[in-house]
Amino acid sequence: MLYNMSSEQNELTQTPLLKIWVPWVHSTLSRRRGSSVPQFTNSPTVIVMVGLPARGKTYISKKLARYLNWIGVNTAVFNLGQYRREAVQTYKNYEFFRPDNEEAMKIRRNCASNALTDIGAYFTKEQGQVAVFDATNTTRERRGLILSFAKEKGYKVFFVESVCDDPDIIEQNIMQVKLSSPDYENCDKEEALEDFLKRIECYKMTYVPLDEEKDRHLSYIKIFNVGSRYLVNRVQDHIQSRIVYYLMNIHVTPRSIYLSRHGESDLNLLGRIGGDSGLSTRGQMYASALAAFVQSQSIRDLKVWTSHMKRTIQTAEALGVPYEQWKALNEIDAGMCEEMTYEEIQDHHPEEFALRDQDKYRYRYPKGESYEDMVHRLEPVIMELERQENVLVICHQAVMRCLLAYFLDKSADELPYLRCPLHTVLKLTPVAYGCKVESIFLNVQAVNTHREKPPNVDINRKTEDALQTVPEHV
Amino acid sequence: CSVSKNNTNDMPMETSPRELTQNPLRKIWMPYKNGLPEKHISQRKVCMTNCPTLIVMVGLPARGKTYISKKLTRYLNWIGVPTKEFNVGQYRRECLKIYKNFEFFRPDNEEGLKIRRQCALSALNDVRQYLCMEGGQVAVFDATNTTRERRDTITRFAEQNGFKVFFVESVCEDPDVIAENIVQVKLGSPDYIDCNTEEAVADFMKRIKCYENSYQPLDEGLDRELSYIKIMDVGRRYLVNRVLDHIQSRIVYYLMNIHITPRSIYLCRHGESDLNVRGRIGGDSGLTSRGKEYAKSLGHFIQEQNIKDLKVWTSQMKRTIQTAEALAVPYEQWKALNEIDAGVCEEMMYEEIQEHFPLEFALRDQDKYRYRYPKGESYEDLVQRLEPVIMELERQENVLVICHQAVMRCLLAYFLDKSAEELPYLKCPLHTVLKLTPVAYGCKVESIFLNVEAVNTHRDKPENVDISRPTEEALLTVPAHQ
Repeated sequence: MLYNMSSEQNELTQTPLLKIWVPWVHSTLSRRRGSSVPQFTNSPTVIVMVGLPARGKTYISKKLARYLNWIGVNTAVFNLGQYRREAVQTYKNYEFFRPDNEEAMKIRRNCASNALTDIGAYFTKEQGQVAVFDATNTTRERRGLILSFAKEKGYKVFFVESVCDDPDIIEQNIMQVKLSSPDYENCDKEEALEDFLKRIECYKMTYVPLDEEKDRHLSYIKIFNVGSRYLVNRVQDHIQSRIVYYLMNIHVTPRSIYLSRHGESDLNLLGRIGGDSGLSTRGQMYASALAAFVQSQSIRDLKVWTSHMKRTIQTAEALGVPYEQWKALNEIDAGMCEEMTYEEIQDHHPEEFALRDQDKYRYRYPKGESYEDMVHRLEPVIMELERQENVLVICHQAVMRCLLAYFLDKSADELPYLRCPLHTVLKLTPVAYGCKVESIFLNVQAVNTHREKPPNVDINRKTEDALQTVPEHV
Repeated sequence: CSVSKNNTNDMPMETSPRELTQNPLRKIWMPYKNGLPEKHISQRKVCMTNCPTLIVMVGLPARGKTYISKKLTRYLNWIGVPTKEFNVGQYRRECLKIYKNFEFFRPDNEEGLKIRRQCALSALNDVRQYLCMEGGQVAVFDATNTTRERRDTITRFAEQNGFKVFFVESVCEDPDVIAENIVQVKLGSPDYIDCNTEEAVADFMKRIKCYENSYQPLDEGLDRELSYIKIMDVGRRYLVNRVLDHIQSRIVYYLMNIHITPRSIYLCRHGESDLNVRGRIGGDSGLTSRGKEYAKSLGHFIQEQNIKDLKVWTSQMKRTIQTAEALAVPYEQWKALNEIDAGVCEEMMYEEIQEHFPLEFALRDQDKYRYRYPKGESYEDLVQRLEPVIMELERQENVLVICHQAVMRCLLAYFLDKSAEELPYLKCPLHTVLKLTPVAYGCKVESIFLNVEAVNTHRDKPENVDISRPTEEALLTVPAHQ
């Protein structure tokens, strides 16, 4: 191990936005030895989906990408079907996929090549860390092609194979996502279904699943029958371990997740952030309304989660059902700004206030947290939400924004500005490849706590400019 | 199950919410009635399973079952799931007193079979006692359990008692791994106390043979309704079937992250800090000149140790980063390694805490593990936040963790299997590196003081922890400072 044993130790300075300690060098940018983001992997990873059509490959690809992006790993999905649609323009019928269709084979091979090229570009030019290659990849030949490509470039490869022979699940899949595909725009349901089943047959003839013996040197997870069984081989690093854990926790059982904030609190009314106050009168009314709402929904086996803060617990108490307190669901810690109004923050810490507007996701309160920190602390909550079925989460504004961003695939830039008003329940129901959202206002008035990003985020801005978007309060 | 309140009128859900009070020790909000806290409160505990779990090990001798049992038990206890292992071999040794040779294990040895069966049943009885009467949540049944018949007996027992069952099978055919196992843990077994190495190995190999003929591994077809993980070739491949709940999911994740590659973990604190010498807790101060000297010594020490591919981790606080900077190697900052948040007591001296918050100070001495600082954290909270660090430490090989006193106590407690009562009082002095090396079923610890003086920051539990104790008694054990 070679390194300099220099006797001088660099002075440290704390970056104003992230509040990370870094060595300070007078003029030039010093190469930072310390990384403040956990190093998930040192080389880009290609996740290669494997499986017959209608086995959930795209579902898994999109969900996995959404999760990885949320935890801060830049991930993109490369869906071969889309490349094919662009190349061929009009889809006639299943005959395109016949293994003896030379013309089509050529086109499909080209598409795969193009996708791999784009993956390379994603890694080198767009700081991508993980690429999900969403295609059937059912032949050893095709997988060999991908492995050579990856080996040449120094990328890691992890296969995710979905194996399913339950005809009900397959039909369900086809109904949910295939019939509405651009391929079947002008067909009626029966035609589409019939054609798709023939398409699957085309692939079956040449399908070679990952083999325990022959593929023992590859890294992969084989998922059987939507998760009742898994075979995991040669997990190489942290990110692959996290991917396996995630895939083993997700399910497709229909359910709904209800997200809501606590009822209006005393500090809310005063326009003060953070703290641990109780509910205002209107907040208590909301709690009762929430109880009525939950009852009216007739939700099977509903689990109720709160934070450790008084206002969420008071809200849950009104429901009259057991609930679980999670410290991880506590509101963002505003550190030195706890219980201040925005006006006071502008008054005492104008620079901090401006920095926060410049990058609200990464900005960390002095002696407090950032949205980025919160995402890390909420990850176990998300993992457990994936495992569970019907859950009502009673939490806080910043927390709810983070959870919502996960379910609705919102970027780090959008996340801190998502609208999560008081006294409004968001009902999330997984459907097809995404999430249906219903917003239900429970008809109890509350103060607005949403502060938009003001036009002027400059450190030297005037006070009026800084406070332009502060919502009204007592 | 849902508990609905009594409606004295027929109005739906018109119940007034219960009053809340904040438990003074843990700062948990709980409903109370007539001045007393009500029991009906649920706090997020890891094991969100509604019934106890029986983990059943499966595999031939020398396949790592006891290693896995002990490690898993240690992990589950550390994260707060009361777990205990039940090793049938120990029951057999208590019953038999003297082990003659492998013939005891011959499948045609009627007498032996009878005794072994009795031992298994006796162990299961103790399992029932632990899970039903002693507050245990997980029991690890460590035995070969290699026949379907034995496993059926256990499954029936679990059903009768309302326990969930999760099998952990270890399959390995690599002769080198098996030989290494035997050398590491079998030769030192009480069974072979009076034998030389060759005799012991020969006998043990014959013992394994006795099991081989009747071994029925978990079968993908026949056992498809069971919940299990099959670990093949020390973790190269896993087969996971029907994970039922959160705790089983966590167990699978843990088992898939551990390895047995030899390595060492180095734990130390940052160098002495400015707040340390002034006797103040928390904060984010820099190193004193002695602290900087320590950082340099640490750099030398690391070089001398010649550690292969060492990873260095710090917290995001200035003092650990300053320490790492002196090593002149890449390091990773983990927010999760930050020192315990002392909330309103941040940067106070113990004398000041006693002066301003004597009640808090006493409560902390009463239950230092669960005590949460007002607007701060408890050791219990720390363990939860450190769990991903432990998981990654399990995945890694050689790592140096530069952290803080409370954090280091939590990590050390994990590696050395210390209880929640002992944990907050573990000695982790400044300027001392602890080198932990996994060996056999535990961890070897070497303590290396790097010869740079530093203030003592360890405060022992005082004798008088009563809320109304006099100030001198509260401050009796406070270490000297400026």
